[in-house]
Amino acid sequence: MLRLVTPESSGIQIPVRKNLPVFLTESGLRTELKKLSGVDAVGAEARVAKLSTRSLKKETKKSAINLAISMVDLTTLEGADTAGRVSSLCSKALRPDANDLTAPSVAAVCVYPDMVATARGVIGTSSVQVASVATAFPSGRASLAVKLLDTKEAVDAGADEIDMVIDRGAFLSGNLFKVYEEIVAVKEACGSAHLKVILETGELVTYDNVRRASWLAMLGGADFIKTSTGKVGVNATLPVALVMLEAVRDFAEEYGEVVGVKVAGGIRTTKDALKYLVVVNETVGATWLTPDYFRFGASSLLNDLLLQRSKQQTGNYARPDRFSGD
Amino acid sequence: MESLHSQLGGLQYDAAPESAAIANIQKEYGLFINGRFTSPADHKTFSTINPATEETLSMIALADTKDVDAAVQSAKRAYEKVWSKTTGAQRAKYLYRIARLIQERSREFAVTETLDNGKPIRETRDIDVPLAAAHFFYYAGWADKLSHAGFGQDPQPLGVAGQIIPWNFPLLMAAWKLAPALAAGNTCVLKPAETTPLTALLLAEVLQQAELPEGVVNIITGDGTTGVALVEHPDVNKIAFTGSTGVGRMIQQRIAGSGKHLTLELGGKGANIVFEDAPIDEVVEGIIDGIFFNQGHVCCAGSRLLVQESIAEDVLRRLMRRVEQLRVGDPMDKNTDVGAINSAEQLARITELTAAGEGEGATRLTSTCVLPSKGYWFAPTVFTNVSQSHRIAREEIFGPVLSMLTFRTPEEAVQKANNTNYGLACGVWSEKGSRTLWVAERLRAGVIWANTYNKFDPTSPFGGVRESGFGREGGRQGLEAYLNV
Repeated sequence: MLRLVTPESSGIQIPVRKNLPVFLTESGLRTELKKLSGVDAVGAEARVAKLSTRSLKKETKKSAINLAISMVDLTTLEGADTAGRVSSLCSKALRPDANDLTAPSVAAVCVYPDMVATARGVIGTSSVQVASVATAFPSGRASLAVKLLDTKEAVDAGADEIDMVIDRGAFLSGNLFKVYEEIVAVKEACGSAHLKVILETGELVTYDNVRRASWLAMLGGADFIKTSTGKVGVNATLPVALVMLEAVRDFAEEYGEVVGVKVAGGIRTTKDALKYLVVVNETVGATWLTPDYFRFGASSLLNDLLLQRSKQQTGNYARPDRFSGD
Repeated sequence: MESLHSQLGGLQYDAAPESAAIANIQKEYGLFINGRFTSPADHKTFSTINPATEETLSMIALADTKDVDAAVQSAKRAYEKVWSKTTGAQRAKYLYRIARLIQERSREFAVTETLDNGKPIRETRDIDVPLAAAHFFYYAGWADKLSHAGFGQDPQPLGVAGQIIPWNFPLLMAAWKLAPALAAGNTCVLKPAETTPLTALLLAEVLQQAELPEGVVNIITGDGTTGVALVEHPDVNKIAFTGSTGVGRMIQQRIAGSGKHLTLELGGKGANIVFEDAPIDEVVEGIIDGIFFNQGHVCCAGSRLLVQESIAEDVLRRLMRRVEQLRVGDPMDKNTDVGAINSAEQLARITELTAAGEGEGATRLTSTCVLPSKGYWFAPTVFTNVSQSHRIAREEIFGPVLSMLTFRTPEEAVQKANNTNYGLACGVWSEKGSRTLWVAERLRAGVIWANTYNKFDPTSPFGGVRESGFGREGGRQGLEAYLNV
């Protein structure tokens, strides 16, 4: 039987980096974004509904749970955050399961800029990253100068990763170039810190907007694109994640640049997290199945992952109190 | 060029099999006549096998002319004495009961169907069985409202309906046939396909559980000779057939002049038309659903892909990446996308036609998936460089084989899509509504999907034109096939 398709050609081919184009005008940027295909909402939702029926069993489930733990950005973004609260969250990030040291540590802690120094103090030089939201999170309603200063302070305090928000007002009013310029400027201010660009998909509403904003962020230099702040009514959803994953896949094929995806807000159960991993697995594949390129922004998710992890190992559900609150 | 490669499906899924024990299949089955199963010992029998393993599942009674006559007489008696005197509201009560019982026993139906047919459990569980129940629910609603269906003040049933169904959606096709017939007040003799009788026999148990009056539905298993006896029986008032165009033609010839009513749902060679402005990722999923759903054993399958030339390369690249990702194998595994071919005979036909495709010069692209050593399997296949004159562009393959052609203008797309003897279904993919409508009204097909494919709903009439048959199933229109109008 003729088999012209080889496994090597069936996956996603990522050429080694071509240079990203630089846009100096609104019209050039628009021309680039106009190339994007539309998204059919019914079809996209049907696709994730189908993927949600995948059944992960035995070793697959165990390794997926461990992978999910290692992808968590353990987050506290409250007005009531204190040094004590952040320190205790950092300890949890380093050693999620106090009774089982084989549980992997999470990917990062995510805090407000003024808490970065505290977090850095606890995290030290371990593999856990310190991420900080910046750029007038969550609304992004401040001047570029304020946003850059916000970013710079977080980086100077020791942040490895910056989670910026885009100017949704500018995006929705069609001022795409302003959004682009801000991303380029914040990326510059990040220096060696990784930049995650929050699209706040709940405010962009349509999948077409999500796709366009994803490309805009990637063209601006995002290392990650992130769904949500967690501060609006609609946060991460599976179809939005699908559309963003398709964007990073196509972007990698076009420019040779692998951009990560972070889903944030409302993901509370292992069952939900595994659904996202299935969508990653079957949309972009192995390259993205690492904390370097996929993250969960969450807080309560971690303990459910630990609960299910111990269930897989012992066969029994532990009491929730077996796991530390934070 | 140096490149990094991301393997799709990097996370390997462990086996997640559904339990076969749920099916509770008997060693042998008799015929379901007059509300009771006859003894299998009184008949010649044939075996039904699991096409994924080639193991025998059960021995099935083969109905001969005498048995067919008994079933038809039972249906006639039930029509005259009981069903024609049962009110619409009462008929609805039974249909609702049947629908609910199918839902209650849905897992048993899904597992039985997957074992007997070879289609993935994901499809029987999420599509076949829920849709079958939905058809009974839908037509239950019509049973006491026939005078409002647009067929006159007091439309009358036809009498005894002989219904012959195919092996590709055994339970669902039984539901498509029985539900409107019973709602309209007919009694039925249903003949399931030779290779897939089990869910119809399970449905017979459900009919008993629902306390449907004896003889209102009779289910007779058998082969082609059984079908012929049913078609030719003088007391049958109506034949409804779903299957191949060849057999449909033969039925039409045999009943010519007999006064029997007839509806035929036959083959197809559906065109899935993709314009350059279409939503590309959903297009790929739509192409996949169009041709690999149910191993391509779908009469309305989108087996001819017509892509605008300007995006053909991009579509093919994305399509083949997705084809390679399809999980082919154990139909009982919950993660299987493509199951087994239903029979050795069908596999031979698919193999013969694909060989012809290669022989005529088309380029064959086949998934590198590993196929199980036992059972009947065919790897998902796409042909490119196909021209309109190739057999694979004209004949119904009824398997997981797609022929890809290109077009330059909307006119050419319509001309190519209509250049077939069939006329069952087409798909149109575009973000531009005016173009979709322009194309749709020029396509000669009974069903046209826009930006989707293979979507079924009991409220929507389904059926073909030209060599794809006549008559509609589903919707208000589906009642017409069982009313004297």
